Amino acid sequence: MLTYIIRRILYAIPIVIGVNLLTAILFFYVNTPDDMARKILGEKNVTPAAIENWKADHGYNLPTFLNTKEESIGKVTQTIFFQKSVPLFWFDFGRSDRNNIDIGNEIKTRMWASLAISVPMFILGIYVDLFIAMMLAYYRGTYLDLWGLIIGVVMMSVSTLFYIIGGQFIFGKVLKLFPISGYDTGLHSIKFLILPVIIGVISSAGAGIRFYRTVFLEEMNKDYIRTARAKGLSEGKVLFKHALKNSMIPILTNVVVSIPFLFYGSLIMETFFAIPGLGNFTIEAIQAQDFAIVRSMVYLGSILYIIGLILTDISYTLVDPRVRFE
Amino acid sequence: MPVILATDLIVFFLIAMAVYFAIGSRKEGTIKTAWHELRKNKLAMLCLAILSVYVALATMDSIRWRDAILEESGKAALTPDGAIIYSPQALSVLDRVFSNIRTNTEKTYSTPLSSRQYSKESVEKPDGTIVRDYPILKYPGTHLFGTDKVGNDVFFIALKGVRTGIVIGAGTTIIIIPFAIFFGVIAGFYGGLIDDIVQYIYTTLSSIPGVLLIVSFMLLFGTSGYQGGLLSELNIRLGFFVPNERLFWLCVILGITSWTDLCRLIRGETLKLRELEYVQAAKAFGVGKLSIISRHIVPNVMHLVLITFVLQFSGLVLAEAVLSYIGIGVGPEMGSWGNMINTARLELSREPVVWWNLLAAFIFMFGLVLPANIFGDAVRDALDPRLRYR
Amino acid sequence: MSAPIIEVKDLKTYFQTPKGIAKSVDGVSFSIPRGGTFALVGESGCGKSVTALSLIQLVPEPAGYIAGGEILLNGKDIISLTESEKRNIRGNKISMIFQEPMTSLNPVFTIGDQIMETIRLHQGKTKKEAQEIAIDMFRKVGLPNPEAMINEYPHRLSGGMRQRIMIAIALACKPDLLIADEPTTALDVTIQDQILKLINELKASMGTAVLLITHNLALVYQNAETVGVMYAGKIAEMASTKDLFRNPMHPYTVKLLRSIPGGKKRGKALDTIIGTVPPATSYPLGCHFAGRCPREMEGCATIEPPLAERAPGHLVACHLHDPEFMNKPYSKPIRQEPDKLSPLATPFKDREIILEVKNLKTYYPIRKGLLKRVVGNVAAVDGIDLSIRQGSTLALVGESGCGKTTAGKSIIQLIRPTEGEILFRNNDLARLGDRELKKYRSLIQIIFQDPYSSLNPRLMVKDTIEEGLKTLKPDMGKEARMKRIASTLERVGLVPEMMYRYPHEFSGGQRQRIGIARALAVDPEFIVCDEAVSALDVSVQAQILNLLKSIQRDFGLSFLFITHDLSVVEYIADEVAVMYAGKIVERNRTEEIFSNPQHDYTKKLLSAIPRIDESLVNAWKLPGHH
Repeated sequence: MLTYIIRRILYAIPIVIGVNLLTAILFFYVNTPDDMARKILGEKNVTPAAIENWKADHGYNLPTFLNTKEESIGKVTQTIFFQKSVPLFWFDFGRSDRNNIDIGNEIKTRMWASLAISVPMFILGIYVDLFIAMMLAYYRGTYLDLWGLIIGVVMMSVSTLFYIIGGQFIFGKVLKLFPISGYDTGLHSIKFLILPVIIGVISSAGAGIRFYRTVFLEEMNKDYIRTARAKGLSEGKVLFKHALKNSMIPILTNVVVSIPFLFYGSLIMETFFAIPGLGNFTIEAIQAQDFAIVRSMVYLGSILYIIGLILTDISYTLVDPRVRFE
Repeated sequence: MPVILATDLIVFFLIAMAVYFAIGSRKEGTIKTAWHELRKNKLAMLCLAILSVYVALATMDSIRWRDAILEESGKAALTPDGAIIYSPQALSVLDRVFSNIRTNTEKTYSTPLSSRQYSKESVEKPDGTIVRDYPILKYPGTHLFGTDKVGNDVFFIALKGVRTGIVIGAGTTIIIIPFAIFFGVIAGFYGGLIDDIVQYIYTTLSSIPGVLLIVSFMLLFGTSGYQGGLLSELNIRLGFFVPNERLFWLCVILGITSWTDLCRLIRGETLKLRELEYVQAAKAFGVGKLSIISRHIVPNVMHLVLITFVLQFSGLVLAEAVLSYIGIGVGPEMGSWGNMINTARLELSREPVVWWNLLAAFIFMFGLVLPANIFGDAVRDALDPRLRYR
Repeated sequence: MSAPIIEVKDLKTYFQTPKGIAKSVDGVSFSIPRGGTFALVGESGCGKSVTALSLIQLVPEPAGYIAGGEILLNGKDIISLTESEKRNIRGNKISMIFQEPMTSLNPVFTIGDQIMETIRLHQGKTKKEAQEIAIDMFRKVGLPNPEAMINEYPHRLSGGMRQRIMIAIALACKPDLLIADEPTTALDVTIQDQILKLINELKASMGTAVLLITHNLALVYQNAETVGVMYAGKIAEMASTKDLFRNPMHPYTVKLLRSIPGGKKRGKALDTIIGTVPPATSYPLGCHFAGRCPREMEGCATIEPPLAERAPGHLVACHLHDPEFMNKPYSKPIRQEPDKLSPLATPFKDREIILEVKNLKTYYPIRKGLLKRVVGNVAAVDGIDLSIRQGSTLALVGESGCGKTTAGKSIIQLIRPTEGEILFRNNDLARLGDRELKKYRSLIQIIFQDPYSSLNPRLMVKDTIEEGLKTLKPDMGKEARMKRIASTLERVGLVPEMMYRYPHEFSGGQRQRIGIARALAVDPEFIVCDEAVSALDVSVQAQILNLLKSIQRDFGLSFLFITHDLSVVEYIADEVAVMYAGKIVERNRTEEIFSNPQHDYTKKLLSAIPRIDESLVNAWKLPGHH
């Protein structure tokens, strides 16, 4: 089992390197520092000297990957890639292009706001989806199941944007149950979080319920379920004991990978509800065209995904003895 | 003088694909059985009919040409060296069919089918007195979904969004199909180092969160390229063929973030197929590898392509709205439901509320996505019940 | 005779399908006494498994439902019970074991949990008591080290072990009835023998009645006291095993028995049944076998024959034994079936050796550890020698995993062997490059096991057969190719017009014929038949065996017949090579192997196969007048 986990982690290393290289190519090569400078300084009255100045200030005045002017090791270290991308490996994100803020620091503080909205959304979402999906699977073939499915399809055919706009309009503006948007620290944040959490759960419920239901039904067709029934177990026991534990394998594949992303929050939710999390941070950076922040967030997102993959593989060992005893 | 955009090719290809599968449904074994199964599903057929209407609208909006500018005498205006001057605006068949509601603009907001403007203005009465009142519209009762801030017909704007939706939903997958098939099949068929490389590429690409990858690309490509839309065309020199188009690049980039799923599926299926006995039989005949791939592997993964196509369609249409909202979707000048929602959001916080822009976007989007979802499920069930969970 | 434990009266189980109501079980009656074994035997799709599921009240809902009849357990009807009362019976009074031991146990629970679950549910024992019973059951079914086994997960156990566990679970509550649905079909023959012996032992000691469901008539002959032969949802004939095999009275039973291959039938064509089983949605009004019956009389197709006692204790549903029908004329002329296959003129010993395999080794690498490095090899084929004479059949027999399929594929170079020589007419195929090999590809061909995966569903039959001709006989013109395809199809018993159809339009037997045509079209001299008849029902298997024998005679073909089924070997092979763990342990003429096996493994294999007393063969005569 240990070999298994170590192998998974080793597999991740080349992927992390690949992601880093890819972002570097994207942000330093496809889009040159000159382009960046021009965008930030404004397209109109920009002089070559101003561009050079900006580049020097922000550390973009080096060659991208190879510095031929330097001696020995300097050839590699005195480059944009080495100065800007390599530190990402130890999570040194550097400073932003526009306001010269410490990105790493910003991430550390904003992360909590993201977690405050994403964790309850995630946990509540899984509980609601799993519960309804099991109900539908238990009553499969009945009208309850049929209507559950229909409502599921209808719900997943509506854009998240409508849920948010509609929710804000009805609960915030018309009924005035919750503040439309905003954020506070500590316990005061709760009143700001209820609405986005509910909307988040509802907007993803359609797809989630349908997915879990099909996973359960897939399991219900397996031979060992027939064995369990032939033993005289009740349908509830067959579903909640025998099928559930086996369904955990595809469910974990789907769920665990997103756990690290909780740090990341949600791009859209956070902007709509003005929650100062990382998603909001990213959107602001996009709109301000601050490439240093966007690049950091792309890298961070990839790392979180890779961590999610590793966690998924590890989580299999909890439910699947076939992996545990590899 | 016709104008063809890169995304028009996508629409034409989509129609060609539909024709191909329609012919296939008469001839080939598997697709014919699947079609037979599908036809019994009345709901799916209804959805297919609705989708066809959308595709027809998109097609109408993809055939366009520039008219010659007419002088007052009715003759075409000529340049000094005798060439015909064309209007800078290339109007599509859709624009021409709905010419009335396109040009019948009002001054500002009006509610659906209303005969008066939404806001008060100083109106001169016949007796010469001036009062603050809701003025009567120029074209009362003709605006099905009302008019927007600058008086354009909302129904027409929503209609223009159809093409964008179809292009994003279909084009993205169409663009990636060849790559996904190529990489998936060679990885599965040859295995070994090739497989490792392909797997590495798609794992790396898929580990970058999709939205962020799109964001980066769109930020980098910036505002270059043809923005499309009704109004901006005046400023663009249009050639016969416009390859550099923002909507097209958006499809390509969305494709880069979504090809990995299909590739992975095809790789897995190829792994299974290459061990099947009919492939072994071909090997026993000494049939070449390329021939085995093209005769025995590729045709037998096509159902996965079709399933992925229909299942991804609705997700992509929804994604367009979100991207346009973040400001990295299609250009702001382009007719798109995402843009409509974006403007509608601010209108909702206005007093009194302007709600019809949002309603129109909602109805048009829902009307496309819901049938697409239902039809997608039906196609998947008909083609491959084993793939039910994904 | 004591009162029956279970009595089934006119059971009808139907399924709602898009094509109408499928009458999978259409009026079945039988009873089983305490400690007795009743076997339901029949070909696939005849309704025997649905009968079993009906008995344990697990017909897949909502499509399937019990449409009529009674199931009396100890005299009480169980169909009308409530769901919770039915659950009390399942696993407690009636329990069941299934065909697929590999998938029938839940992979994420320990086998101890899975057996204790039943014990605690039905006997209300504490965990500790349940564990003791579980260990005791594990001991009874012959699991090694039962105390430790409690904590074992299913994936670490072999198929035979898992079936033992299934039996332990099924018998843990000492049920009145054990339903065994094809309990050994997925297992090797030596394991099959052990499992059946185990069931018989436990049945005797616990007094459980057994309903054995199988397609294997020889298994029935050795293990059941009473037999019901099922055909198309009905029992065609029911009698004590002794009576039934000594004096089969229904034409279907007779035909079925006569289509089983065996040593006694060597040199003769096997009996076959024309046509296919009618779909369960559209049975004939009268006898379901009418239309395929060689002795069909006027009225058979419209008047249903009752299952009546036509000899003491011998029930038959056939008008041929009905005095009122006795003198009706046959509705079609009686076909004189060709009974003999003339043997090749050249005696075996004088035939030329066409293919010689010397020290063939095929290894697969084993990868292990952190970096999945190759740490060793599995010797799938570990140095075998074979020789095959022209116009003859060499059978390569062995149990699953012994390397016989790898050997076959290595011989025709689908897998490149690691070492050794494969001399085809004195040319070493193993040394040839892909291009040079192509010259020999038309001479060495292969026929596969699975009639469903052996044909590309996207290609018309014509294209499937044409592929080989195009590649291997490039000089052949289009017209000549079409002619060849047509004549080959005709040769394998199909109509040339069928070349424009797709595989899904054919039955399993027809697909197998197409597979044979594909190989035959390129004029091979040597064909590897890789379990070519193993997936087929016995009556279809007989047709394919007949076909293989006749093309062998007509074209002077040599076969390497890879199989695990010894009755087929005894029927078709000239020579036998017995393979065990990658090596050939014994090689000899067929008669010698069967009458005088030398190696211990061969002896074990031969003693494990269930067989019907061959002296009965001559007694299997179709009923009828005239």
